[in-house]
Amino acid sequence: MMQTKKMSKNKNKSKHEALTLQFIPFSEIEKLDSTARIRKLLEIVLNNKIIVIQGKLRAEEETRLIEDTMVMVGKVKGFRGIELAVVSPNAKERDFMSKVKHGIANALVGQTDSLTIIGPAAIIKDMKRDPRKLEVMMSGR
Amino acid sequence: MVLKILTNFFKRIFSEMFKGKTNISIGFYGPPNAGKTSLANRICKDWTGEEIGTVSRVPHETRKVQFREKVDIKYKENQLTFKLVDTPGIATKIDYEDFMKFKMKKKEAQSRAKEATQGIIESIKWLDDVDAVVVVVDSTENPYSQVNVTIIGNLVARKIPVLIVANKIDSRKSDIKKCEDAFPEYDVVGISAKYGTNMEEFYESLFKLAKKVKK
Repeated sequence: MMQTKKMSKNKNKSKHEALTLQFIPFSEIEKLDSTARIRKLLEIVLNNKIIVIQGKLRAEEETRLIEDTMVMVGKVKGFRGIELAVVSPNAKERDFMSKVKHGIANALVGQTDSLTIIGPAAIIKDMKRDPRKLEVMMSGR
Repeated sequence: MVLKILTNFFKRIFSEMFKGKTNISIGFYGPPNAGKTSLANRICKDWTGEEIGTVSRVPHETRKVQFREKVDIKYKENQLTFKLVDTPGIATKIDYEDFMKFKMKKKEAQSRAKEATQGIIESIKWLDDVDAVVVVVDSTENPYSQVNVTIIGNLVARKIPVLIVANKIDSRKSDIKKCEDAFPEYDVVGISAKYGTNMEEFYESLFKLAKKVKK
């Protein structure tokens, strides 16, 4: 009886496995240098959490993130890499004044009108992006 | 006779003036299985007579940067000599189990996965050593993939001229319009590296790309 109860408890547990989305406001990573930023992000991902960042990484930071991820794939057992997607408003649809305003805002406070989603490949199977939507396919765990 | 000598003299002077930087390196970048090596092979076979590497339907077939020095292209009175750098496909994840779907044994798959991760790191490092880049994307796949966006964003930040090649136009699933819409600021050339379709337009675009390289 005890065993059955325990088994059903485990069954329920696997049904309701928690998924953590960790939101990182831009202000939290703003003052970190590239190395510290990437280290912080990878530490969270290695804890099987999905990160939602307000803003986007610099172009060279994105490639550095891929590079460091590959180093970790070789070192951390069971880690297969990351899924990464950046969603930004379509700049083409803005009028001239709006572009100027956004340019100034980006220069002052960073590209906070974008969202970056990073998650472990073990949890996120795929992220399909097009200009208007982002589909996140989860792995059947 | 004198007229011919003078014509040749000026032709030589002008061609030198507009030749751009000599000894340029052109890198072939993109996600795995987009057809970078197929395109590199097509170019090398057309102009040097020898292929550069093997191609396969298994992703990450190219796991080391391979290059061919002095590929000499002569096309419609234009001449371009460059170092062709074919790089391993860039990905954000590598799972050895994916290779096992191609009937590989676990050990072989794990070894391939390890080499693939090293190949990606090597590809990224080579970005420091190329003067221009041909980004090869698979026109049958979603062009908005983050790897494409990240590679192009990085090249823009480094001020490296970019040409986008939408490969596999021979496939019914190919959608060049979607590729053009995804990268409206760049030249997008649709080709089939496998069958050599539209290579004339590709070579013309390659000359334009080489001219953008700063002296």
